[in-house]
Amino acid sequence: MTQYWDDLGDGYHPASAPDYLPVPQLRELQLRKLKNVVNRAYDHVPLFRQRMDERGVKPEAIRSLPDVALLPFTEKTDLRDTYPFGLFASPMDEIVRLHASSGTTGKPIVVAYTQEDVAVWSSVMVRTFACCGLHRGDIIQNSYGYGLFTGGLGMHYGAEALGATVIPMSGGNTERQIMVLRDFGVTAICCTPSYFLHLMEAAGGMGVNLKELPLRAGAFGAEPWTEAMRDRIQGETDIKAYDIYGLSEIIGPGVASECAAQTGLHVFEDHFYPEIIDPNTLEPLPDGQEGELVLTTLSKRAMPMIRYRTRDIASILPEPCPCGRAVRRITRIGRRSDDMFIIRIEVQVEVTPQILSDRIRALADTQKRLEKSIENIVSLRVNVRLVEPQTIARSEGKARRLIDKRNE
Amino acid sequence: MKIHQLSLFLENKPGRLGGPLRALAKEGINILTLSLADTEQFAILRLIVRDWRKSQEVLEKAGYAVATTEVVAVEVADRPGGLVALLDILDQKQINIEYMYAFTFRREDRAVMVFRFENPDAAIQALQASGVNVVGGMELFERAEI
Repeated sequence: MTQYWDDLGDGYHPASAPDYLPVPQLRELQLRKLKNVVNRAYDHVPLFRQRMDERGVKPEAIRSLPDVALLPFTEKTDLRDTYPFGLFASPMDEIVRLHASSGTTGKPIVVAYTQEDVAVWSSVMVRTFACCGLHRGDIIQNSYGYGLFTGGLGMHYGAEALGATVIPMSGGNTERQIMVLRDFGVTAICCTPSYFLHLMEAAGGMGVNLKELPLRAGAFGAEPWTEAMRDRIQGETDIKAYDIYGLSEIIGPGVASECAAQTGLHVFEDHFYPEIIDPNTLEPLPDGQEGELVLTTLSKRAMPMIRYRTRDIASILPEPCPCGRAVRRITRIGRRSDDMFIIRIEVQVEVTPQILSDRIRALADTQKRLEKSIENIVSLRVNVRLVEPQTIARSEGKARRLIDKRNE
Repeated sequence: MKIHQLSLFLENKPGRLGGPLRALAKEGINILTLSLADTEQFAILRLIVRDWRKSQEVLEKAGYAVATTEVVAVEVADRPGGLVALLDILDQKQINIEYMYAFTFRREDRAVMVFRFENPDAAIQALQASGVNVVGGMELFERAEI
């Protein structure tokens, strides 16, 4: 296939056109699509219809974009409660793909796609890659997990639609990741930022200097990460580290992405309508104010999500972006308003005479054995730190269950 | 022929070593020799004292976890190659040394070293069979008086 559009350089692809729509036109498009999706959910999703009826709201009540506030929220628990297929708006013979989240507590949540949904997903991923300055000719190593997780396949089909070369590495097997990174002329990598830090360390250990490779961009998401992590990645390698955002309930990766300016993530607003609400009062907040991000899918057919509470804390940046895109940006997600945390746990164990040894190796083995057994029991990887007897503060009265050290 | 060694667990942080040593000093207990093995996070302090039972009690009262281990004190010629000759004997019998450290005192041309073996009895037998002087507790403490 030959390239039939003018090459406007990094960051542009015909699929990106909606990113540059004049705002009034974009709002008009959003309103039209919002009406459609509300009708569709009302007609095909019993839970949504029931909640609308309870509130006495008919789909016709949506006459302007701010009317979205009339609609009921959808929560993660709604997906669990209707497991597996309860929120589907399409019959199974129109559904071409299922994904599921890793449910660490109880059941996973299941999401579905029609052919149209999969096409939309690829197009927003193309726009994500374009935001990251990638194009046809790039060689993309996709180190997100392939399988039920939306990360792997979502990025994969997007990269192919972009016209880039995609290497479907999936996660793990670090040494082979680095071999491919070095030998295949990889120019961009997709993975979690923490896994990339791990790759950086492992590359150093293997004598591979990432600065000498053609690698120039990383699309990092699926977990919150800090500016300090970005500084480290960009300082120790020659890549530009982009924050990308998405969630399975909405579509997977491809909901929002940073552009070359790296000042907030552009939401692909023609498909995902963003709101910020006060997580306590549930009232909508104006652009610029921080609160919980709520998203409504404007295009999804198999599984429309109306006012889905992401629990991610962000604000909408209404100012125009230097990159020229008109779609609004959200700030980077630093924290969440609920139960899901990416955590590093340290378990302190007092060394009693029963586990004390005069040999360092024996104590180090004990430490490892404890880490393994804890991981086996609670399915969480923890670091065990041995401490002196009677040094862990005993709880006086109520147990202190959580010590928040994120700001230290 | 074996000597009791006390081992203490310490976190690898400034000031931690002083605690147990102060507790012993307060009771007038002198340390004949010691070694400190450390990792990034923690350390093991190994001590040899005259009255290990009393010292263990003192340290446990002060809140430390104490383990006792039997180690072997061996005379080593204090000249180049002195230790090598001894290691040759152990190598021949394939006896593994877990760790070792030295006493501060010496007599004439002999130094005394402490060895921690996996199997101390086999080590003592091998060393004595080769004419090496394994120093017992009583003799050791007498020497320490000099």
